[in-house]
Amino acid sequence: MPVQCSSCSEKRAVLKRPKTGHSLCKECFFWTFEEEIHQTIVSAKLFKPGESVGIAASGGKDSTVLAHVMKVLNERYNYGLELMLLSVDEGITGYRDDSLETVKRNQQQYELPLKIVSYEELYGWTMDAIVKQVGLKNNCTFCGVFRRQALDRGAIMLKVGKICTGHNADDVAETVLMNVLRGDIARLRRCTAISTDSENEGVVPRCKPLKYAYEKEIVLYAYFKKLDYFSTECIYSPNAYRGYARTYLKDLESVRPSSIMDVIHSGENLSVREGVKMPVQGTCSRCGYISSQKLCKACVLLEGLNRGLPKLGIGKHHRFHDKILSQQPLTEEEERKLKAVDF
Amino acid sequence: MAALLLFISVSKKCVKCKEAPAALVIRAGDAYCRLCFKDFFVHKFKAVLGKNRIIFPGEKVLLAVSGGPSSCSMLRQVQEGLSQKANKKLRFVPGIAYIDEGAAIGQSVEERQRTVAELQAVFQATGFPFYILPLEQVLDLPASVVATNPSPSEQPASAYKAAVGHFVETDGSNNFPTPQEPKKMLLPHVQESHTLQQLLGSVKTLTAREELLNTLRQHLLVHTARTEGYSKLMLGDSCTRLAVKLLTSISLGRGAQLAQDTGFSDSRYGDIILVRPMRDYSAKEIAYYNHLFTVPSVVIPSVDTKTVDKASIQRLTESFVTKLQADFPSTVSTIYRLQLHTCFMHISTLNILGTCVLQVFSASCPSLTVKPSTCVTQDQREAAECMYEMVRSRALRPMSAVSVQPGYCCG
Repeated sequence: MPVQCSSCSEKRAVLKRPKTGHSLCKECFFWTFEEEIHQTIVSAKLFKPGESVGIAASGGKDSTVLAHVMKVLNERYNYGLELMLLSVDEGITGYRDDSLETVKRNQQQYELPLKIVSYEELYGWTMDAIVKQVGLKNNCTFCGVFRRQALDRGAIMLKVGKICTGHNADDVAETVLMNVLRGDIARLRRCTAISTDSENEGVVPRCKPLKYAYEKEIVLYAYFKKLDYFSTECIYSPNAYRGYARTYLKDLESVRPSSIMDVIHSGENLSVREGVKMPVQGTCSRCGYISSQKLCKACVLLEGLNRGLPKLGIGKHHRFHDKILSQQPLTEEEERKLKAVDF
Repeated sequence: MAALLLFISVSKKCVKCKEAPAALVIRAGDAYCRLCFKDFFVHKFKAVLGKNRIIFPGEKVLLAVSGGPSSCSMLRQVQEGLSQKANKKLRFVPGIAYIDEGAAIGQSVEERQRTVAELQAVFQATGFPFYILPLEQVLDLPASVVATNPSPSEQPASAYKAAVGHFVETDGSNNFPTPQEPKKMLLPHVQESHTLQQLLGSVKTLTAREELLNTLRQHLLVHTARTEGYSKLMLGDSCTRLAVKLLTSISLGRGAQLAQDTGFSDSRYGDIILVRPMRDYSAKEIAYYNHLFTVPSVVIPSVDTKTVDKASIQRLTESFVTKLQADFPSTVSTIYRLQLHTCFMHISTLNILGTCVLQVFSASCPSLTVKPSTCVTQDQREAAECMYEMVRSRALRPMSAVSVQPGYCCG
């Protein structure tokens, strides 16, 4: 017997929501999905009327759905937001160039302005060139650190007051588990926040409107709406350790679908003992970007690349910061340790 | 050269005394000889109790022994610590509690009696008073078990020192109870076993059943401690066990309770404080100790024995942590270290959420065909848990799944 939609009881259900177990028809699903994101935005007071907001768009499912839903909700509830698409071109041949084509099509479909910032223009290095120097290990460190800053710089160029990213519930839960496995209490505390602090000057606050949306539902939404998105894994990311957290989370989900929300809830309610040392936010003395050290990670990584010592920014090498700042050369012994491993 | 290297690695010396040949390697590089390992192991037990200053001299402490390696090892540590020849003697008065959960896993009366007889022999050898409690007793507990009793007034830091001084002066050694005649375990009534099985059977998933069993067990232990005049309850959770528990707690949405669920001590019951002195030992250390010093332990199946990895969240987490530990040996300690940084949000803050699910829903629990009193004895957590399962199984549609999930209510 076909299952009827549990909301309107008229049409046939097309899916069973993993989050609640409800069976819904297409229209009810669209409505619920959008409405939940609206509730997330309203209850967390993510946006102010008249604000201009940059949507971090990679062309993948999450950011495509985000762009679509933001546009729909902006019109439906008169947020009064000025939406823009913001993309980062990491310079990965065969991956990013194709996905950027998708973003460009999205720009036409949603009629939103688009800005693309590239690693090459910002840092003088493409990911292809970086991987050539550092190999396939740790290359994601470069990409991740650079993208974070590239998004900020792009946002400043676009003069937007906020960036929203397509992080979904699965991503947040995965990050909570990752930080538990790494014992990183400082990040564990920060990673469930829906929005970053907006106190810092020079840093554009970022928020995650899809924080409570399941990856599965995002995929289904994109599928039923026939959204145009790009689905290929990055060619440079085997990403070993995160893979463990990911597998575990997916297994958890298959045992009890609500556990993704449970993990996020745990992360949000973890109270940290007083007196636990937390990093203090300062600014990078070279580029002025936020940093807990003298130099921000991006500057150290870049210095390493330019000096031909890619391992300079991998792991903790705070003791070299003074030398980098004063443009001193490193000793031979130090250089030997930081050179790329020959294969 | 190669031969020399081989020679060194074969006759590796103990890192501690640098004389005796090593008998085991705990972590990479730490090779210990038999005696140094024993000193190390024994010292850790006393150090953790000494550092935390929670157990006062002369205090009655109930040891929860399941028969597994970790709790049996704990029992041996207490025995050794109390023996006359020990230096830095432990100064508390121990008792043993064992919960016979045979009914929960559907064991026959004969099987249960055989296990109990085996453990009875172990307990008798210690000379400590012991209680063998069939889990069925939990059905007759008064509702007051879940209540938080006022804790004896907050002791200043100096109180511990004063108490130790007083104890030493009066020579507390004659405080110890004379070994008593073992009480015969009262066999539970068949009807009661049936009721318990029905209660556990009404919980649909193994995840929830394990949680329920865990709390029933804890309530019985706390109740026994209260009625027998014990003020501390010692649990034998090892570091490995606690790392699994911590990750399970996170996956079940119990992040706020994590500090008390897995910390050194848990004071949520007020008058009875739960203590976990085995938390600095890895499962491997315990296994080696038990093997080298012939600590007896009994293999008892539990509800998740012989199930697949994905049978429950607890089971899944356990296999995930042990597999990761094999590849990354620091996994367990890293996960566990997180606990040290967390603290418990006080119940008063959590109560803002309003009335606990228990009060709201226990009346609408028709599928639980047990006495209402047993429904009340379940901690709020289980009520939420069983409620949650019922909502799913009976396809009641809550407004959102979040509102009835376990771990979202206090304590």
